[in-house]
Amino acid sequence: MRLEYFEMIDSVRHLDRAAGRIEALARVPEASPVFEGHFPGYPLVPGVLLTETMAQASGYLILAHLDFASMPFLMAVDKARFRNFVGPGAELTVEASLVHDGSGYAVTKAAIRVEGKALADAELRFRTMPFPNGLDAPMRERARSIGLLDGAAA
Amino acid sequence: MSEPQTGSTATFERVADIIAETADIPREKITPESHAIDDLGIDSLAFLDIAFAVDKAFGIKLPLERWTQEVNEGKVPAEEYFVLKNLCARIDALVAEKAAKA
Repeated sequence: MRLEYFEMIDSVRHLDRAAGRIEALARVPEASPVFEGHFPGYPLVPGVLLTETMAQASGYLILAHLDFASMPFLMAVDKARFRNFVGPGAELTVEASLVHDGSGYAVTKAAIRVEGKALADAELRFRTMPFPNGLDAPMRERARSIGLLDGAAA
Repeated sequence: MSEPQTGSTATFERVADIIAETADIPREKITPESHAIDDLGIDSLAFLDIAFAVDKAFGIKLPLERWTQEVNEGKVPAEEYFVLKNLCARIDALVAEKAAKA
């Protein structure tokens, strides 16, 4: 994770396009300016960044599902729960599944686990739109760099 | 499909309940003649919330992208999709289409 750059997902462990599921890995860095404020001397990953992490895993799942025909933008967060604290060095397992593939929108359920224990979960909704000018290529590059389509089940 | 048709009463009741709950609009304000945007003030984000609830409730997929494109290109007047009696007629047609395929 590069928290201050909003690059939350380090790698994709598994993508099952037919089932609409993704599992990804996100390692919390040992140091980040984020921890200077949240909180001084007691570093914790903020809940908003855990939400963003679930949103990004969901977003990559939707990108793969739509075969990069549209870009998902987060539009709603429902039932978000943060069940524990997590700090520097933790290894997060991020899972997302596609609940509904609508016309112009998509809905996912996502969760984060640490060492098998539930850390956070939420239901997320995305508007799916044509890529704004120039965003297509960098998104494909980021997807490639985290191995989105490597070893994906059909 | 552009012929005007009124959706069934049961469909309207269900859709009106969904709109009231999802967009926090008093149920009595919602009539078959209501225009979702002009009369009820539903914005595009709230409309997607409603579309999700309708998709789930009726087991269909409202073709919002096609409708939006047709309205934006001036091919179909917005009221064909956004006046509730017309919206309900289209929901009924999509339900019937799905049943025919099953």
